[in-house]
Amino acid sequence: MVVEELEVLFQERIDANEKIEPRDYMPDAYREHLIRQMSQHAHSEVIGMQPEGNWITRAPSLRAKKILLAKVQDEAGHGLYIYSATETLGITRDELIEKLHQGKAKYASIFNYPALTWADMGAIGWLVDGAAITNQVSLQKTSYGPYSRSMVKICKEESFHQRQGYEVIAAMAKGTPEQKEMAQDALNRFWWPSLMMFGPHDSASPRTGNAMKWKIKRESNDVLRQRFIDKTVSQAALIGLTIPDSDLKWNEERGSYDFGEIDWDEFWSVVKGGGPCNLKRLNHHKKAHKDGAWVRKAAVAYAKKYSNK
Amino acid sequence: MSESKDTQGELWEVFLQTKKGLPFKHAGSVHAYDKEMAIQNARDLYTRRGEGRGMWVVPANAIVAVDPSDDSSFFDPADDKVYRHPTFYELPEGIKNM
Repeated sequence: MVVEELEVLFQERIDANEKIEPRDYMPDAYREHLIRQMSQHAHSEVIGMQPEGNWITRAPSLRAKKILLAKVQDEAGHGLYIYSATETLGITRDELIEKLHQGKAKYASIFNYPALTWADMGAIGWLVDGAAITNQVSLQKTSYGPYSRSMVKICKEESFHQRQGYEVIAAMAKGTPEQKEMAQDALNRFWWPSLMMFGPHDSASPRTGNAMKWKIKRESNDVLRQRFIDKTVSQAALIGLTIPDSDLKWNEERGSYDFGEIDWDEFWSVVKGGGPCNLKRLNHHKKAHKDGAWVRKAAVAYAKKYSNK
Repeated sequence: MSESKDTQGELWEVFLQTKKGLPFKHAGSVHAYDKEMAIQNARDLYTRRGEGRGMWVVPANAIVAVDPSDDSSFFDPADDKVYRHPTFYELPEGIKNM
């Protein structure tokens, strides 16, 4: 069959909401788009362990420490689910890591912001995981089978993440005036970067067209961002915190909140490496990978010696 | 695989049994260097919330799969044998317990 015919059949399968599986025909551009999006997603889960890992040794109670450990371990797991799903597209784990280290593959910019206080653990779980869940719930219906299945599994686990974050920030919000101020400060710093997690406006998102046509993305950046805002506003009010947006207003006609303009200069600056922690996050990953090289070598030698495969 | 090449291990496929007596289902895959590590990594990755009571871990390259490009012709011998289904049969009105 010639490529044109295969592409027509492929699009028919997509239009009929069939899932595409690893060994099925897919256009090269579909494969490349998935590798880019999925590896960025996997890297985000793994890099996302750093701001929270930072607080494991300083958690205020044993309960909080155990929960945070479990959450960070989950993020590692989520990264691994998505790496495995990405590998089914014919790229190796080593190549994926190499691209991250070379700066050719990105991760979510939100992790280039520092986690300064314990209240940030609350804001990250509540807002960052909340935004990620909004995105991932939508991606459960993505057209690529392995990606879709990894999203189903991740969504089941993420709701614990969001609830633990909300519990942390709610506790701070009803604590001493200083603690409440820390909670508000964390919300102030994480609100806008969380909205940026959904990416540029649809009108400024060049790859959205193909991604929607191929049903890799099922809903646009702006739709998902609006959904996140609509469900989060009342959660802030419930614990007495104020969302740092003076333009935020309920729009009866649209049945949604209107909100202020995102600082896109900041967004692009952080994407391009100008965020507060870009260098630190990547260097830490490189170092951990390098420091672990002897373990991988020893494991290969051990497996060879005992050939217990 | 050369001695010096850095590698993250071979790919293994993980199958979980969620309850004794139920069939094993594919859960995902995992990287490991040997059997023991494969089963430990698979436990840490796929059963953090009691999802498994039984687990198989299989080297991915040991799995034999049907080529998707001819899967329809591979499976079609079953298509014209409707008499294999109980609904094919005509039974008299009022029959019970069948």
